[in-house]
Amino acid sequence: MKNILGRKVGMTSVFTEDGRYVPVTVIEAGPCTVVERRTKEKHGYDAVALGFGAIKKARVTRALAGHFKKANVEAVRYVREFRNDIDGVEAGQTVTVASFEPGDRVDVVGVSKGHGFAGGIKRHNFSGGGASHGSMIHRQPASNGDTNAGRTVKGSRRPGHYGVDRTTMQNLEVIRADAERNLLLVRGPIPGPKNALVVVRKSVKPVKVKAGA
Amino acid sequence: MNVIDVLNKEQLKDTVPDFRPGDTVKVYSKVVEGGKERIQMFEGVVTVRKGGGAHESITVRRVAHGVGVEKAFLLNSPRVDRIEVSKRGIVRRSRLYYLSDKIGKAARIKEKKATKA
Repeated sequence: MKNILGRKVGMTSVFTEDGRYVPVTVIEAGPCTVVERRTKEKHGYDAVALGFGAIKKARVTRALAGHFKKANVEAVRYVREFRNDIDGVEAGQTVTVASFEPGDRVDVVGVSKGHGFAGGIKRHNFSGGGASHGSMIHRQPASNGDTNAGRTVKGSRRPGHYGVDRTTMQNLEVIRADAERNLLLVRGPIPGPKNALVVVRKSVKPVKVKAGA
Repeated sequence: MNVIDVLNKEQLKDTVPDFRPGDTVKVYSKVVEGGKERIQMFEGVVTVRKGGGAHESITVRRVAHGVGVEKAFLLNSPRVDRIEVSKRGIVRRSRLYYLSDKIGKAARIKEKKATKA
């Protein structure tokens, strides 16, 4: 099963075996326990609930404690469900990065960094006005749209709260899976600040393989 | 030490010799040609040495068939097989960008004589 929960450690660059020097994000992933196996008959859909991260016993709610007891696993901080690539996974099992291999494609889900109340330039890539020659419009959103409409169209892009959104990076290449240290290295950036929870799933879109790669 | 520092450290080679800009080096790099791997040598003057840790790189300059050629190598890359120092030069800059404007006699670098030990 190529699904796992982890913690974003940060970014660096590594040499691959074929000599490429690639930017990677390091994820401390697993070991996760399978907290529950949801079935079509009982719950209406098939899924696997994975648990990750240590937690103080006093912080576990009684409801969750019951789930952990049923699966006979340690209490964990995060529980997330996965619905793809879950054949043969049963409650009580342990999931590690050992099931990943270099070259696998994964999607990584996280909560993006918060930017607070951000203007149009940062939030929507507006181009902004001229800096000099008396332009007087620097970082303002400027026009609100067509004057003929006589109103502002709903859903137009304005300044506002930016970040802290659930964000998915699709089709990332696994560069290395280190089962001894529970590390997963994926190519490129992933959403969220360091130490944040990230969900790694088997990629849902067809893999595009470059010729000769 | 955090995980990223450990990962970076693991990539460092312990075989990189001691050299600086101005020195002449031979870089033996692995190239794949027609599905086969062979080792190619490139000799020239080190004009730039920059970056730290696993990312450290050098630029090597030579004049081949009357044309100046500069090649950049990542020192810790597995594609760089080995580096040999053939001459030590005396220079007063850490980045020898001025060499690319000079040709022939003007592009010479004073050679450091081995000190008597």
